[in-house]
Order: sequence, then C-alpha cells, then structure tokens
Amino acid sequence: MDMTRRAALKTSAAIASSVLFPMRSFAQETPRKGGVFTVHYGAEQRQLNPSLQASTGVYIIGGKIQEQLVDLDAKGQPVGVLAESWEASPDGKTITFKLRPGVTWHDGKPFTSADVQFTAMEMWKKILNYGTTLQLFLTAVDTPDPLTAVFRYERPMPLNLLLRALPDLGYVSPRHLYEGKGDIRQNPVNLAPVGTGPFKFVQYERGQHVIAERNANYWRANAPYLDRIVWRVVTDRAAAAAQMEAGQIHYSPFSGLTISDSARLGKDPRFIVSTKGNEGNARTNTIEFNFRRKELADIRVRRAIAHALDIPFFIENFLGDFAKRGTGPIPSVSTDFYPADNGPQYPFDKKLAAKLLDEAGFKPGAGGTRFSLRLLPAPWGEDVSLFATFIQQSLADVGIKVDIVRTDGGGFLKQVYDDHAFDLATGWHQYRNDPAVSTTVWYRSGQPKGAPWTNQWDWTDPTIDKIIDDAATEVDAAKRKALYGDFVRRANTELPIWTPIEQIFLTAISAKARNHSNTPRWGSSSWHDLWLAE
Amino acid sequence: MRVLSLAGRRLAASIPTLFLILIGVFLLLQLAPGDTVDALMAQMGGGDAATAKQLREFYGLDLSVWAQLGNYLWRLVRLDLGFSAIYGKPVATVIAERLPATILLMTASLSFAFFFGLILGVVAARGVNKWPDTLISTLGLMFYAMPTFWFGLMAIVVFSIYLQWLPAGGFEDITVSYTGLRRTLDIALHLVLPTLTLGLFYMAIYLRIMRGSMLEVLNLDFVRTARSKGMDETRVVVRHVLRNALLPMVTLIGLQAGTMLGGSVVVESVFSLPGLGRLAYESVIQRDLNTLLGIVFVSALLVIAVNFIVDLLYARLDPRITTGS
Repeated sequence: MDMTRRAALKTSAAIASSVLFPMRSFAQETPRKGGVFTVHYGAEQRQLNPSLQASTGVYIIGGKIQEQLVDLDAKGQPVGVLAESWEASPDGKTITFKLRPGVTWHDGKPFTSADVQFTAMEMWKKILNYGTTLQLFLTAVDTPDPLTAVFRYERPMPLNLLLRALPDLGYVSPRHLYEGKGDIRQNPVNLAPVGTGPFKFVQYERGQHVIAERNANYWRANAPYLDRIVWRVVTDRAAAAAQMEAGQIHYSPFSGLTISDSARLGKDPRFIVSTKGNEGNARTNTIEFNFRRKELADIRVRRAIAHALDIPFFIENFLGDFAKRGTGPIPSVSTDFYPADNGPQYPFDKKLAAKLLDEAGFKPGAGGTRFSLRLLPAPWGEDVSLFATFIQQSLADVGIKVDIVRTDGGGFLKQVYDDHAFDLATGWHQYRNDPAVSTTVWYRSGQPKGAPWTNQWDWTDPTIDKIIDDAATEVDAAKRKALYGDFVRRANTELPIWTPIEQIFLTAISAKARNHSNTPRWGSSSWHDLWLAE
Repeated sequence: MRVLSLAGRRLAASIPTLFLILIGVFLLLQLAPGDTVDALMAQMGGGDAATAKQLREFYGLDLSVWAQLGNYLWRLVRLDLGFSAIYGKPVATVIAERLPATILLMTASLSFAFFFGLILGVVAARGVNKWPDTLISTLGLMFYAMPTFWFGLMAIVVFSIYLQWLPAGGFEDITVSYTGLRRTLDIALHLVLPTLTLGLFYMAIYLRIMRGSMLEVLNLDFVRTARSKGMDETRVVVRHVLRNALLPMVTLIGLQAGTMLGGSVVVESVFSLPGLGRLAYESVIQRDLNTLLGIVFVSALLVIAVNFIVDLLYARLDPRITTGS
C-alpha cells in the first residue's frame, strides 16, 4: 500500500512542475462565445445564497449568480465589483463605498445602496456565519444617495480587514425580494437566487443538478462567454473522476477528487490538476489539545507531542507536493500577514519528546505506556483520516496510547466544541485572507460553548487576548501586521493548537477551459471571463 | 372485492409494526451525537452560538426527546410527514421527487434479475453437470461475490470511459434538453449500467435458486407421469415443472424488495442517481430526522405492497394456496 502511494505521489511531483505555467500561451487565442461548462458539485447545501452562508459549497454556485462589493484580483489585492471605490475616515469608524452605476438585478430592478444597506444589516450582521462576528460593531449603513453606502461602526474597523473579508462576506442580495417576505432563512429565493452576476439561475433539481444561463444584461461588456453552467451532484469521489474522464464534468473544485485520482488525472493531457486559483482558500491541518486533561494542560506534553511527529515524512509519503510544513496559524500564502519570524517550530525529535514527557512526570508504565488519549479526527477529508492514524502510530513510539474515535460532521462538532468529549482533535483550520475573520477565534478566550471552530480548549491567555483585541481595531496596516506577528509567535510558544501542515485546495479542470484559476479564490468567483475552447 | 378486503387487513396488521419501526429509528438517531444544527454548522464552516440557538428553536430541537417523538407521531396520525430540515420543503414532496428514480431502478433491476435468473436457471438445470451448467454456475458465483460498488466503477471505466457507449452517471442528459420519446430513451440509456450493477447480484441468487428448485421438481412423480404420457420435453418443462419451481423465486422477490432499497444507496451514489437510498444516507449525515422517518415509512409501505402482490401471485401459481384464509 505504502509503495503504490509513494509511486502515485512521485508522479504528482511531475504534475506540480507542469502546473507552474498551466496556461501555456493562450494569449493569442480569441475567446469563444458559447458552450456549457459542467462542474462537480460534491456536497449539496441547504440553500444557495452567499449573503447568508459563507462556505465554498455555496460560492461555487451562488458566486456566479450574486456578486459582492469587492473581490480579490490576480495578485490577491481587493478590486471593486459592485463597489467602484471606497474610503475610510481617519478614526476608522466610517467607511464609505461608491457603488457601480447602471447595474440591474436579474429581474430587471436597479441595484442601489438600499440593497447594500438591507443585506448588511439584516443578513451579514444577523445571519451570515463569520459575518455576525465581523459586523458586530456595525451600527448603521447610511444611504445618502442610491450609489453611496456609508458603513458606520461603533469601534474602529480596519479598512484592510474589511476589504479582505468582503470577497467572502460581502455578497449583496436584492432587498425587494426579501424585505417584508417573512423569515429570511426560509425565503424561497434562497434556493432560486437572484443576483447581479454574469449567470442567471434557471433550475435546481435536488440530488441531480443546478443550471444557470448567461445574463445578457450583465454590466461587464462582452461577458460572460459561456451559455450555461451545469453543476452535477456527484457524491462519490471515484465516480466524479470517472465522469471527468468520460467528459461529463469539466471541473472538480476544492479537492473534490481522491488524492490518487488527482495524481492520475494530472498526468493526463486532457486535464490540469493544480493548486493555482485556490490561494485564497488555504487551510492548515490542526491538532487541538483539550486542557481539561491534566497531562495536556502541561506545556511540556504538548511540545513533546509536536516533537514526536515526523511531519516532513508524513507529507512526503501521504500528501505529496500539494502540501507543505505549516509554520503557524497564518499560512505562508497570506502575503499581507505572514510574519518573518513564526516563533518555535518543534522539529521531529523523538528523544527530546521522551525527555519532555519524563520531565513532566509521566514515566512509562507497564508495557511502556505513559497515558492514553482519545483522538477525534474530523471527517472533512482523507488527509485528516490519514493524519489521525499517523498521530496514533507516532505517539505510540513515545509511550502515548491513542484511541481514534471516528464520527461524521455533526457528531464531530458536537463532541469537540459542545460536549468537549475529546483529548486530541485533528481537523482543518480555514484561513480567510485576514486573521480576524476566522483565525483568532480559535485562540481568543470567552467563546460561547458550542460555537464550532472556536477556542473550546479550556485555555485562557490574557496576553494573546490583548493582542487579538488590539489588532482587531488597529487601523494602521503596518501596526496590524506587527501585532499578528506577535500573535503567531505567542500561539506557537503556548501551543494550544498546533498547525503542522499547510495545504491549498486542488483544482482538477479540463484543458479546454481558458481564463481559469486566475484569481486566488477562482472557484468561488463569478467566472465572467471563463470560456471553453473547441 | 376479496382482494381489497385482504389488502385492508394486511395494512391494518402492519400498522403496529410500522409504528414500532418508526419509534425505534427515532430513538436510534437520538443516540448519534449531534443534531441537524451541528450538521448545518459543519456544512457552513462555522457559525456563532446565538445563531445555533435560534436554529434549534426553529427546528423544534429545544424540546425534550419525548415531546419531539410525541409531536412526530401525532403528525403522522394525521398523515403529515413534517418538514425537511435540509430541503426546506415538506417531506412528502421531497420523497415524491426521489421516488420515481428509485422505483424505476428497482423495477428494472428486479425484472432483469428475475428474467435472466429464470432462463439461466432453467438452462443450467436442463444441462446439469454439463458445460452450460458449469459455465452459468461459475458466472453466477462471480457476480454473487463481486462488490456492487466495484462492479459499478469498473462498468463505468469500460463502457463510459473506454468504449464511450453509455453515460457515466446521472439520470438524464442535462446539457441538452430532450422531450418525449427521445427523453425516455435518454433516461433508459442512463439506467443501463445501474440496472446491470444492481441486478447482476440478484440474478446470481435467482439462477441458483431456480436451478435448485428445477432439479428438485424434475425428479417428482408427476413429471415422470407427464413424460410417460408421451408429452414432449419442452411442454413438460414449461407447463409442469416451471410453474412449480417458480414458487421459491417469488418468495425471494418479496423478501428482497426491501434489501434492494438498501442496496441502491451504493448504486445511486456511484451513478449519481437521485433516488431514495442516497436521500436516506444524506438524511442520516445531516441528522434530518423528519426526512429519514418519512423514508422509513414509505419504504415500509413499499415492502408491504410488494409482499401483498407476492401473496396474490402465489395463489395464481399454485391454486392450493388460497388468498382467503
């Protein structure tokens, strides 16, 4: 088994080098109008409106139909979509957006600042996950004229935080279809979204497909190129790879295929397999420690566990070239915040691990076992499952017995973040372009019990709390970056969570596609310039 | 009329069982950690505690387990299957949307398995211990031993990727919209591989049963009588032996209709078909209790219906078994 996996990964090295220039030189080609682009849709969501739910499963569809105020450009910098320009007041409490004129909703009504006001106050602030935290201190959105939206905050809102959060958390919904129509969550428009984007919703057959067609009145000239986008619901990963080979699917986003199928398709000239276009969706594999266990509350034990794992070995043999050694809670793709010094790194050193455990007073007992731990792996991907087994075997070597408890998504969140019925947990931390969006909540104390992906470790550190609070309202970009450097070093020193592996989602796409993977969150973006060659 | 009253009595007798099953499934799902709001949070990639509380109230999850169960049963008595958490519409509608694909797949595979199981079984029995028998029995063993998902994937590799004869998955072609007869043909093409995948396993069982029961009946006295009357062999086999040998096959179909509903989860996933099996799987993962209980209810009704038809067939095949008593 190991050997074939190794062989498969060797080939993925070849892919990695071939994807450095995946576009070849298509610049001279004339974009072709027309065509149907088919997309692998692995996990159906309960609704499709990205103003209400921030997840890739919604963006992959809703992000083509609805648009946000700003998106990220090819270099990862904010670029206006529904907003043309923006400006922050010196105290950071007022941020003014000038909106794009001449934009209409798919039903023909004009897009105005009233839509932004309603979406921000009723959806982002009240319902949208991560939006509720981001907009906690938003008090009002003023609309002096139809093309100006003024966001008023109780506390300073760093402009660079808002602009990096809005590509995910800034989708606008049509006020006239939601206001006075009862519970926003249950509005039928959520399953038949209406937006300003390049594609208009046509049909959603649950369990089968979603169809959207080109919006002839789109505000960008000569866009989009495609006639239709069809999302095919395929829950089986191996079946999705087979459908790609049979030509029924052009694109499988966000590591939707198995590691081995990705490596195999990467060698096939009909496909491109790459991490490009997913830089905005970086994630780190995590190990969470439960401080309610006296052994894990001892920092020497946490450090010993980190030293006991040979991470480069695991990456080389199981994940291949699409993963690398993680350095801390902020991944290296985050050019705006990645610090020069990440603090202590815990290289593989089994002797040191054993020494630390001895020092902590946990001497090996009968059969060489020091103590046992319950490890809960999150069911998000095969890498997590493999990593759990790797942790189990590595820790056995230093005398820690690990029992793996496997469960499904709902069960994992309940047991870890609500019941706290774990000793070690391993899963993913999704980095969302600014640490204040979804990273610092993993470390800040005082998180309500049951809130998933937050500090539920029973670990409180006033130093890191202060850094996090200061950075969240610091309007000076350079000072903010420095504060997040302190944050990373503190997190790595205290080690309430370890983030040893950094990964970017994999894209598998037909070689016929043009203008793909050209922004850091391309899978979620609007695809207004995507086209299909003959 | 007699048939109707029999059907009524059958249904009445099944009601207590049905309720026990539903209560059992309800309680079993309470044992699984997490509820539909946790599953939703997992899907969204995060959410705060206040939102979670709001959602629990919305789904009625803030009540005690017994109150929830009571509510459910009371609704069921009024034939209301409730509201699906993941689909945001009534469970009855959700199931009605998925039922056609499942029934189509089930009927197609059962007919395929029954028909070819019968023919191959008869051929094998007629040439017992000669080469047709050996060949058929070996093939049967192979199909029986092969895991369904593997066979499905291999069928896709051969027929969809290499030969490109048949579509790799889905219920119909959605990139072009067909109507009328062309659409029927399109759906039929999409169902060939799933039907084979699901049906071959059952065909293997049927052909073994058919072969065995043919051999048994062929040795009975009345067959010898028929032969000694001077009847030709085909007439003996078709009119005298087949009819009697069919009884065990028919029994099996009644038993396996339920199994097939379960087995279709795998086939529906591999071939991306929008059927009940996948819906049930998703409901468990998403902890959507209403939908899951609705599926159990409908599946139970389906199995009861199939068994009822089997009973009627018995009487038809063997007049000694009456529907009356």
